[in-house]
This record gives sequence, structure tokens and C-alpha cells, in this order.
Amino acid sequence: MQQLKPEDFKSDQMVRWCAGCGDHAILSSVLKALPQIGYKHEDVVFVSGIGCSSRFPYYVNTYGFHGIHGRAMAVASGVKTSNPNLCVWIITGDGDGLAIGGNHFIHLVRRDIDVNLILFNNRIYGLTKGQYSPTSKQGSVTKTSPYGTIEQPFKPGGITIGANGTFFARTIDSTPKISTEILLEAAKHKGTSITEVLQNCVIYNDQTFGDITDRDNRDDRIIMLKHGEPMIFGKNQDKGLLMKDNELHVVHLGENGISEKDLLVHDAHTEFAGIHLLLANMDYPKYPVALGVIRACEAPKSYDVKMEEQIEVIHEKSKIHTIHDLMYSGSTWEVK
Amino acid sequence: MSKQAKVIEIEEVAIRFSGDSGDGMQLAGTLFSDTSALYGNDVSTFPDYPAEVRAPQGTIGGVSGFQVHFGHTQINTPGDYCDVLVAMNPAALKANIRWVKPDGIIIYDADQFDAKNIEKAGYKGDPFLEEDVTGIQVISAPISNLTKESLKDIGLDQKSILRCKNMFALGIVSWLYDRPLEHAVSFFNKKFATKPLLVEANTKVLYDGYYYAETIEAFTSNFKVKPAEIEKGTYRSINGNAAVAWGMMAAAEKADLQLFCGSYPITPATGILEELAARKDLRVKTFQAEDEIAGICTAIGASFAGSLAVTTTSGPGLALKGEAIGLAVMTELPLVIVDVQRGGPSTGLPTKTEQSDLMQALYGRNGESPVVVMAASTPSNCFDYAYMACKIAIEHMTPVILLTDGFLANGTEPWRIPDLNDFPDIKVPRVAPDTQNWQPYARDPETLVRTWAIPGTHGMEHRLGSLEKMNITGTVSYVPENHELMSHIRENKVQKVARDIPPLEIVGDEDADLLIIGWGGTYGHLVTALIEVRREGHKVALTQFNYIYPLPTNTREILGRFKKLLVCEINLGQFANYLRMQHPEYPYRKFNKIMGLPFTVKDLKEAILRNLED
Repeated sequence: MQQLKPEDFKSDQMVRWCAGCGDHAILSSVLKALPQIGYKHEDVVFVSGIGCSSRFPYYVNTYGFHGIHGRAMAVASGVKTSNPNLCVWIITGDGDGLAIGGNHFIHLVRRDIDVNLILFNNRIYGLTKGQYSPTSKQGSVTKTSPYGTIEQPFKPGGITIGANGTFFARTIDSTPKISTEILLEAAKHKGTSITEVLQNCVIYNDQTFGDITDRDNRDDRIIMLKHGEPMIFGKNQDKGLLMKDNELHVVHLGENGISEKDLLVHDAHTEFAGIHLLLANMDYPKYPVALGVIRACEAPKSYDVKMEEQIEVIHEKSKIHTIHDLMYSGSTWEVK
Repeated sequence: MSKQAKVIEIEEVAIRFSGDSGDGMQLAGTLFSDTSALYGNDVSTFPDYPAEVRAPQGTIGGVSGFQVHFGHTQINTPGDYCDVLVAMNPAALKANIRWVKPDGIIIYDADQFDAKNIEKAGYKGDPFLEEDVTGIQVISAPISNLTKESLKDIGLDQKSILRCKNMFALGIVSWLYDRPLEHAVSFFNKKFATKPLLVEANTKVLYDGYYYAETIEAFTSNFKVKPAEIEKGTYRSINGNAAVAWGMMAAAEKADLQLFCGSYPITPATGILEELAARKDLRVKTFQAEDEIAGICTAIGASFAGSLAVTTTSGPGLALKGEAIGLAVMTELPLVIVDVQRGGPSTGLPTKTEQSDLMQALYGRNGESPVVVMAASTPSNCFDYAYMACKIAIEHMTPVILLTDGFLANGTEPWRIPDLNDFPDIKVPRVAPDTQNWQPYARDPETLVRTWAIPGTHGMEHRLGSLEKMNITGTVSYVPENHELMSHIRENKVQKVARDIPPLEIVGDEDADLLIIGWGGTYGHLVTALIEVRREGHKVALTQFNYIYPLPTNTREILGRFKKLLVCEINLGQFANYLRMQHPEYPYRKFNKIMGLPFTVKDLKEAILRNLED
């Protein structure tokens, strides 16, 4: 097969996101990842719901389906179950995927259908012009919360892990190289992969992630998790995470006799969800925000594969192979 | 077996088994019905059961019934009124006595008519004094105690023993109508293959019931219903839900497509999903979704991916699916939505039948959102209309709503197994593999149908979606003129389906003044009423609509032939209003019932006679 390039996956449609929107960078990361995943154009399907991010399928030159609000997870489940040979991606946002589509989100994860979901989290409703979303920080002042929200936000990682998810990763729109690496890991995962992208809405929620994306400070405020490596972060690589009294603690290497060997080593593959939940839910300023593949445990078998296998087994066992066989099975009688 | 009593030959009989929902009345009724069908009678059945799995014992709310109508002649309905009512407790009597014919028979379990149960049923004293049973033969049978007596040495616990009492009742009725017992016994052998004690117990009680009826001399005669004159062929018993499932599987096989059903359980439609879920041997994929919306959305995804996709539901579910049906309209993908109608609004009467989703099916969506709407009219022709719904959906690249109802879904009748070769081919409008410059919304100029390109096909990569589409290219378009054009195209595309549907037919007297108009599941009752009214010397005609949107092309001409049009339906007049909209030039009379029950032939005959007069 001829090696495809990112441009090969670009569609001829004009990209209509606002200038400065984080979605542009995510699109570019996806376009970079796609040729490396190894599927042909025609075997890739992008499915989206409604919202700014959901315009995404129009911008990739694959099969695409722009659905209705909140239902991308359900449409994609149908596509993949119908034809497991396809490489299926879901593009959704914090409103589409976690509010109106929240039910489909958890059930997608629970079934562990082999699809890849990219959650564009900008903590705001952009397309409807600036109302708070299920991930908006408590107290956020928006058009529908002029005095600040009184709601607790969802943490997408917590929901995914709570729904027995087998893969959760997080990246930031402004680190496209990392995003591409993570998306490749997501694509490799056999089961539902959830990748949360912290994405800036330049118009309605500018700098919502400013405290962790700001170039001067970000290395002290985020931690890149890599499987098998100790949890070290900081501009000077002098900070780390350790577990004490069932809690995560940020420590400084060299202080109080702490060395690298005291730190946690990231095990993304463990089935034990507790540590992944703690890591996924870490928030600045108490903790650094975790990026990278937080959880990628070996999924037993994805839903779509199990369905095919069950059909094969039953088909093999049964004497009924046509509708004719079925109609004449069981109790029938002759009228002469 | 010897019979002392005299045997009387009769044409048809209706029997209603009724008792507490734990009394096994559905099973007794089904065994009786299957036995009659195997014997060669024409049969129609209807279960009448509560929504509660086990409502409080002995109360009216917990009464479960099963009516079997069988005969020597053609049987089109389960019968309004029954010749025999089996009442296993006072509540069953109270709930069902209104359905007993004035010269009918009531057989009741005397042991269950104690003070406590009588009070629970809402009677003050002796039920047979409080109810008017003039002319009815009331037979008191100590069914519970005789069942206990019959099984006292068998080694079962008391609870299990009492579970067999339905078979005692079945035995009594089997003797009364000269039914063989072999079918029931072979059923026990299969059902309880690993529990020989239960086979023995049920068989013994069944025979003891039979001999009891023969012995007691309470019945002055027993009755013989000769086999019916039925078309030759191989038959089986089928209900509407199974017939829908099988019709869709037949269409998938004929079209050489994989069948995918995305659905959420809902009474009374669940049987279709269950039937399909069992058919992995035919490679059917079923997806039990997290809700009604996901049910239809997974089906739309599967349709995009190239499956024959269906979703099944009932009224409340159809309401939830509305937005997604619009998505299928916009994306012009084949999709079949089966709505097994039940009593509404809201949760309404889940286990009862109604025809009140018609307007919802036609118009219950945002925007101009035309879909094909059709309706099956008998339990077995659910197979044919499910097949046709799939054929139309595929060939016209459109959603199709198929309406059935609780009556058709659960009603059973003998079905002559059809030959699939007699069914029309299904042509899948796939893009030809070597097509150059394919455009997703380019159409056949005659049918306005676009072609179907399936993910995995090289060179046909395209995007579909819920936003308005530019004609031909299928890209997103906000152009005002294009929206108007596309609205007309979508409407005309569905209208053109009319060319593929059969003309409306008339049953009865072509030169009558009065045309009875029905649609969907009321056919059996309407045609029975028609036959009876004509037998009494009146001229009358009937037409039954199976295709509602679009209407058959000769609709106007047929309606114009008659002086009086009487639209009969189980709602407040939705089809009459629809006809008024489509053909305002005619006056329409209405006959409506909305009790959660099928029509009774008696009510229909009265309505017909009344309308013949004025």
C-alpha cells in the first residue's frame, strides 16, 4: 500500500472554525495521525454530533456522518457493529458528549465497542454562543449563569473510568505533537478509547485552561504520564508524585530525602482503576494536570468482535440457515 | 375415549381462559389454540394480560385472560363474546363476565370463591347473585381441590401442585369440545424434559380434568367443531410480532443484506426484538440500546454502513425517535421503524391495543419530514407488510414507518407458509463500482432516489449529515432556493412510492351505498361484521387501507363511488381527518371506539346498520 500523507486525508471543504480556535490544531494532529494508523481512506469513518467540534467530519476526506445533538456515540456504535472492519472515530464536545449525549457516552464505554472518541472539552457551549456546559468550573460566569454556576462539573476521566472504561487519555490542543502520539495509542487500543482534548474557545471561554497552558508555567502545572516511567514533572524535572496514606502527594526531589525511587511509576496497563481515577481527576493548583495515556488496560474483546464470534458459533451449530428453514422449523401441519 | 353425552356439531366457538396472572391462563389458552389448529380448525387468539408482572393476587388488576376462537368456517377475529368462560377466581369472573354470551357457559374454580377472594374482587356476597347470569350455564368445579387430590401422592410440594390447576381447567374444556390431548402432553415432554415429575403431574391433571368433565354430567352434551375448509399447504401458527421479525429477515435474505435491529424493549413491541435476537443463525445483528433514541441512531449508523436497518417500538418510543427519523429523512437512508401501537397518551395502556399513533407517524417530527407510512392488518400479514416496508425503504432510500398494534402483535392465527419466490425482488440502489465523479445526492430522475455508497468502497468517500444538503453534491447548504427545492424533492420522492403499491380493493357489494373504511389491524373485525350484515340481506362494501402515505393511486376513485363513507378506527378519528385533508371533496362519517380493546363485531354491526338507515 502506498504511504499516505496528512494532506491525503484533508477534504476540499473550507474549514469554518473561528480563527484561533483550538479545533484547528486538533484537526492537524488527527490528519498527522491518520496515515500512520494504516487504514485506507475508504475504511475510515468519522461520526459527530452537534456543536462546533462536530463540523469535523466535513474536513477529513474519509466517510463521515454528522448526526444530531448528542447521538454520535449511538450512530457510531451502529456503524462499527454493522461493519467491524471499519476504523471509526467519534468527534464530540463537552455539551454533545456529556450533557445531551451523556447516557450514550457511558453506555458506549461500558460496551467497549472498538471505536475512538475524541472529546473536545472547552468547558462552554460555543455554537449556541456561550452558555455553561457540564464541564464548566463551578462559579463560571456565562450567558446562562450571569451570577456564576452553582453546578459541580463532570470530570470526563472519572466518568470513563466509572463506566469501566479501558482507555482514557488527555492532551491539550496547543501540544499537537503530543496529541498525535496519544491518538495513535488510542487507535491501537482494542476497545473504546476516550481522548479528552483540553481545547480553548477563543471567543466564549478564552484561556479557560490558561493556568496550565501558559508557556512560562505549564511544565510546573502539567505532568506527562508515560507507561513504565516514574511520575516526574516540572521545568527542572524536580517534582514528582508519590502515594502516601491513600492519597497522591506532590513532592520535591531531594527534599526530605525523597529520590526518584520513592515516586510512583506509571502503569497504564493495570486493570486496577483506583490509581487511574486519582490521576485522571488531578486538578491544578493542588496537583499538576495529567496528560498522556492515563489508562490503557488490555481489553478482553470488544463488543463488535464478540458479536461476530457469537454469530459464527450459533450459525455453525444451528440447522436453520435460511428463512425457509426457519419457517418450516418447529411445529407445522399439512392441510391436504 | 367413550362419550356418554350427546355430541352436537357447531360452526365456531370462542373460549376465554381467565385467572390470576400467575394461574397459567396464557399457557392453557395457547395449548388449546395450537391443538385446534393442528386439528384443522381455523383459529384466532388474543391474550389480554395486565402490565404488572404479578399484580396483587386475587385482584381485578391481576387478571390475565386468553381468548381462543376456532371454527369450521373462516375465523377472522378472536371473537367478541365467548361461549365459555373459565374463571379461576372471583376477580376473573368480575373482569370477564361482560364478555360471556347470553347462552354461554361459565366454569369456575369453586375452591377459589372463598370470602377473602370474593371481597378482593369487589363483590359483597355471592358473585352469582350480584351478576346477572340469566340464561348462562354456571358450572361449579372444585378445580383446586381436585388438582391437589390428583397429585397428592406424586411427591411435589403444595405450591407446585397448585400450579398444575390450569391443566385441570384445560382438561375440562378439552372434553367439552372434543379436543385431543396429545399436543399438550408432547409439549410437557419438551418443556419439562429434565423434570419428569412435572411431565407426569401436568399430564395426570390434564387427563383428570378431562375425565372429570366426562363424568359429572353437568354438561348435557359436548360439541364437535369440524375442521375448516382451508387452502392446501403447510401451516404454522404465528403472531404479529414474530411475523414482522420474519418478514424483515425474509427481505434481508432477498436483498442479500445483513439485517440490523437497534431497539429498546417496550411493550407490546419487545417480541420483535426478542425474535430477531434469537436468530443469530441467520446472522441477524441486534443491538439492545440504552434508550429509544440510541435504538434508532444505531440503526441509522448501520444503514449508513450498508445494513438493512430497522428499529422497533411503540407509541412513547416513536415520540422519542422523532428527531432521529428526521435525520434519516435528511440523509435519505433506508430505515424501517415498526410502531406496535398501544393505548396512549403517555404511558397510557401499555398492554392494550389502539390506533392512535397515526398522526404521530405521519407528522410527529420537526420540519417538513415526509416518510412512508403503512399498516399491517392481520397477525400473519405482518410478514408481508414488514417485507414490503423493507423493500420500499431500500428501493426508495427512505425511512418507512410500519404500524401494527397490540392486537396484531399478540394475536395468533394459522399461517400458510409462503414461498419466498412469490415475493418481489428487492433491488438495492448501490452505486455501480466503476462510477466516476459520483455525487451523493444525484438522483434517478424518475424516482428521485439517490444511490447508496457504503463505507469501505474506494472512491465514494462522502459526508452525510443532519444539516440541509445541497442538491446533487450533498454538501451543507444554506441557500434559500436550495432548501425549497430539497423540501419539494423529499416530498415528491415519497409521493412517487405510490407507483409501487397495489391499488385499493373493495370487499363486498360494489354497488352498495355504504363503504366501510378501515385501516390496519381492524380488518378481521370489519370483514366479519361485513359478512354478517350482508348475510342478513344488506348491501355494504369494505375497503381496508394498508398504505397510508402515500395513499393508493385509486383512492379518490374508490371513495367517489359510494354515497356514504364510514371510517371505523380505534381512536377519535385520525384517519377520517387525514382522508378529509387528502380528499376534502367527500363527506366522512366516523365510528370510533377507544377502550384499549379491539372492536366488537356486535358494535360494528350496529354502527353499520345505523349508517345504512340514515
